[in-house]
Amino acid sequence: MTVNAMTAQQVTKKIVNNEPLFILDVRNEDAFQDWKIEGKSLTYLNIPYFDLLDGVEEILDQLPADQDVIVVCAKEGSSVMVAEMISEEGRNVSYLQGGMKAWSEYLEPVKVADLNDGGELFQFVRIGKGCLSYMVISNGEAAIIDATRMTNIYTRFAGGKGAKISHAFDTHLHADHISGGRKLAEQTGATYWLPPKDAGEVTFNYAPLEDNKTVKVGDAEIAIHALYSPGHTIGSTSFVIDDQYLLSGDILFIDSIGRPDLAGKAEDWVKDLRETLYARYKELSDELIVLPAHFMIMDELNEDGTVAEKLGTLFSNNHGLNIEDETEFRKMVTENLPPQPNAYQEIRETNMGKISPDEEEQREMEIGPNRCAVR
Amino acid sequence: MDIKTNEVLDAKGLACPMPIVKTKKTIKNLEAGQVLKVEATDKGSTADIKAWAEKTGHQYLGTTEENDVLSHYIRKSSDEDSQEKQHPHVVDNDALQSLGEDAIVLDVRESAEYAFGHIPGSKSIPLGELDERMSEIDDTKNIYVVCRTGNRSDMAAQKLAAKGYNHVYNVVPGMSGWSGETTKSN
Repeated sequence: MTVNAMTAQQVTKKIVNNEPLFILDVRNEDAFQDWKIEGKSLTYLNIPYFDLLDGVEEILDQLPADQDVIVVCAKEGSSVMVAEMISEEGRNVSYLQGGMKAWSEYLEPVKVADLNDGGELFQFVRIGKGCLSYMVISNGEAAIIDATRMTNIYTRFAGGKGAKISHAFDTHLHADHISGGRKLAEQTGATYWLPPKDAGEVTFNYAPLEDNKTVKVGDAEIAIHALYSPGHTIGSTSFVIDDQYLLSGDILFIDSIGRPDLAGKAEDWVKDLRETLYARYKELSDELIVLPAHFMIMDELNEDGTVAEKLGTLFSNNHGLNIEDETEFRKMVTENLPPQPNAYQEIRETNMGKISPDEEEQREMEIGPNRCAVR
Repeated sequence: MDIKTNEVLDAKGLACPMPIVKTKKTIKNLEAGQVLKVEATDKGSTADIKAWAEKTGHQYLGTTEENDVLSHYIRKSSDEDSQEKQHPHVVDNDALQSLGEDAIVLDVRESAEYAFGHIPGSKSIPLGELDERMSEIDDTKNIYVVCRTGNRSDMAAQKLAAKGYNHVYNVVPGMSGWSGETTKSN
């Protein structure tokens, strides 16, 4: 029977379309518990590859015959071995091309909206890690917000649209993933913008992203307006794009809010976080569509694959925006926080330019889910 | 860290699953209780070797890293837990908490086991080297012999007693039940 390579893109498509898929994850149990492919239509079996070295006969009856079965491991090698063994037993089976490494690096571009005068707004869904980045395209010019380190995906995408990347923004100094903003600027000559309050220790030049700053993309048609919104970090800045879209960074998510502790300053930043969410954001139009920098659970994905919701809806439905009592709020965002992201200190130092790990090391640092929110 | 092993497996440059596949094959040819060193460059091998060893009953001792090469130390499983103790003088781990000047803690586990965690101040002589190195031990002292579970130390204690050492105590269970301070070799 045949062994097929299934790409991260094909798996993403199945998840978004709610098609059933059976995942045989052959990584060790800790790795599986910590981080796996998520989706409502998925079913799982986790058996480490090293338990299958003598054969797969014993697990065959646990693999459904009427569903696609995909074997998943860290980097592909073990999943190919196990898939071949299953195939020799007469079953059709796939393996995930590139393993969880490829899954972590895959970005699915989804169009969020048409903007004024032929402009477009795209969300890049990093489905394996929950990171969201954005591209605004207008009249042959492109701006990217919260770029991941897979910069060639953006340059190729912009190129396909006939646009030149002229601005790269980071809403804040990221702690869960390595920013591609600086690399993009080096590759394309774009301006790299960072909030100065997050950039106190950076070792490179950047354009300071101040409150109220407006940057135009494509002959002044689309305005990207900066809104100082501290709390996740002291410099955290949101963007209002084309007066319709609120890019909330790691301050406000669909089903959760930002955590204030990743730079070790939870107690200091709680006040800022509260002020941003309960005062600054309150003054904005309820009609703004919130586009966050992360999602935590697959339920946050809309049917079209985007992660987006009206600000007014979040004010009524998001638990983190509905805690009247300040003491209770403080408790929620400083106690019982989820574990901090893998290697977050090293990731911050990389984003400051203090250390320069090679690509393989960057990959290792980013392994695992992001954990930037509190619910 | 200079750690003696019975066998070295070179799995450098190999991607998963090969380091484990080769480890499994190699350890088959070792005798129970012997120590295998696996050199690998695949970063994922640490977690996998550890999990694999725990499942298969082998003893994962630890991993060191030098110049991007990981060295994993594994001791092949042995049925030592089931053996009967014969040395008459047995003490429990608590006896080690209050030792005087006249006491020696003698650790008879393999060099690799000792390297990844031993009682501070204890002396390492693996059971297999005890006959030739016995003269290193002062026979006027009280000698507390430890291993992982109390069996190798039982054999060591018998050897010492047979050579005329009068104050020899087998510590049971030994390091597997030790909750006190430990230190690693550099």
